[in-house]
Amino acid sequence: MGDFAEELYRVLLSTSIDVAPILGLILFFQMAVLKRPVPNAKRVILGSIYVVIGLALFLLGLEKALFPLGELMAQQLSAPEFLGTEASERSEWTSYYWIYIFAATIGFATTIAEPSLIAVAIKANEVSGGSIKNWGLRITVAIGVAFALSLGTFRIVTGTPLYIYIIAGYGIVTIQTVFAPKHLIALAYDSGGVTTSTVTVPIVAALGLGLSKAVPGSNPALDGFGLIAFASLFPIISVLAYAQYREWIIHRK
Amino acid sequence: MLFKTVKYILGKLKAAFTDLVPVILVIGFFQVAVLRQPLPDFGDVVLGSILVVVGLMLFVEGLEMGLFPIGEAMADALTRKGSLFWLLVFAFGLGFSTTVAEPALIAVADEAARIAASGSFIGSDEAAKSSYSLGLRMTVAFSVGFAILIGVLRILKGWPIYYLIIGGYIFVIIITLFAPDEIIGIAYDVGGVTTSTITVPLVTALGVGLASTIRGRSPLTDGFGLIAFASLTPMIFVMLYGIFIFN
Repeated sequence: MGDFAEELYRVLLSTSIDVAPILGLILFFQMAVLKRPVPNAKRVILGSIYVVIGLALFLLGLEKALFPLGELMAQQLSAPEFLGTEASERSEWTSYYWIYIFAATIGFATTIAEPSLIAVAIKANEVSGGSIKNWGLRITVAIGVAFALSLGTFRIVTGTPLYIYIIAGYGIVTIQTVFAPKHLIALAYDSGGVTTSTVTVPIVAALGLGLSKAVPGSNPALDGFGLIAFASLFPIISVLAYAQYREWIIHRK
Repeated sequence: MLFKTVKYILGKLKAAFTDLVPVILVIGFFQVAVLRQPLPDFGDVVLGSILVVVGLMLFVEGLEMGLFPIGEAMADALTRKGSLFWLLVFAFGLGFSTTVAEPALIAVADEAARIAASGSFIGSDEAAKSSYSLGLRMTVAFSVGFAILIGVLRILKGWPIYYLIIGGYIFVIIITLFAPDEIIGIAYDVGGVTTSTITVPLVTALGVGLASTIRGRSPLTDGFGLIAFASLTPMIFVMLYGIFIFN
């Protein structure tokens, strides 16, 4: 238990430093620019204490659960015994199909349940005057993320360069932007950012790095990244496509 | 009174737990149906998940209680004060400081440092690792601050968002050509990492608040887009950081 207490103390100290800039910003603007005392100072102080303790516990739990989980799943699903291949040889990319299925499932499930996406979907419904359906958008984004993570794990297994995929993705987004309904563009761009929540990011990052450690001949430092980048890019494409599809349906009537 | 408090805390815990439910379901299904073996280190994972849920609950509660209301009130007060300079300084400061405290970024930057050390791109001692991860986080925080500043200017001037985004894409592609391989992967990833628990609600509140105070701007179309831009600039600046430290 002594180890844990020491660890907690160390993490608490560093999270206090992490939260300090926010407090500094608030204090500076209240004192120097707005020249007013901080309203509800008590709540601000208590809130900051919660933030520091919460952040510390989260980071401790992350080390114990989320990171190991992502890596464990990658290891188990790419283990030679599971694949039924020899340990040292590089297997065909097709033999890793459980990894692709796992990546797609975890992407879909976490996105469908993502609270900030639900909020965005409700707003999108308002902006579009009802042409964007709440569930339609959520499923579209979730499919985007599921496809992104599958493709991302495929890329790690094959070791193809990341930037080719990203540049191709940018090309598609740019072309879609020209044709998409203008008032929905900003929203579609934002849907890429909101999919990757605080719980999902560490698991997905660890999944990629763990997979890259397990695939023979792959270097985690060069090949292990990219899953999160894909997960923020592909929802933009799927949402722009969905917006255009809805527009087309409505105009056809 | 006590009963009410307990009920309140349970409600909050449930909300934090909801984030974890899909992960538990998917991993549980794969362990039982596909891998057909118990999860290794099950105890540690359970303990860690409890810490994650309780930590996330306290974190969000603290934000909603003390920091979000004051952040919104300040954005509002600054807009009405009408000083462009201070509004922009505030926008930068908000993006910077919230990114420094972003939990997912702290986690990913530390992991990136560990991976970079194991690939011997940087020294493997603690000092080298923590300076690399701090460097990454500060670069990202600076770029998010910069993005929010530009985003606020965009709302004020009414620039279309797609000019900024596509311009950003072109920048990313050009810098990729010059960036060392060691940084490209992590640079692309941090873009998605930056915008999570703290940054998204605060930034959306700022954007939507600004767009509703300024005449002729619609909060629904002009208020969005800040997050997208804030996930693009870190890619550019982190690659520049990589060019700086690896070359």
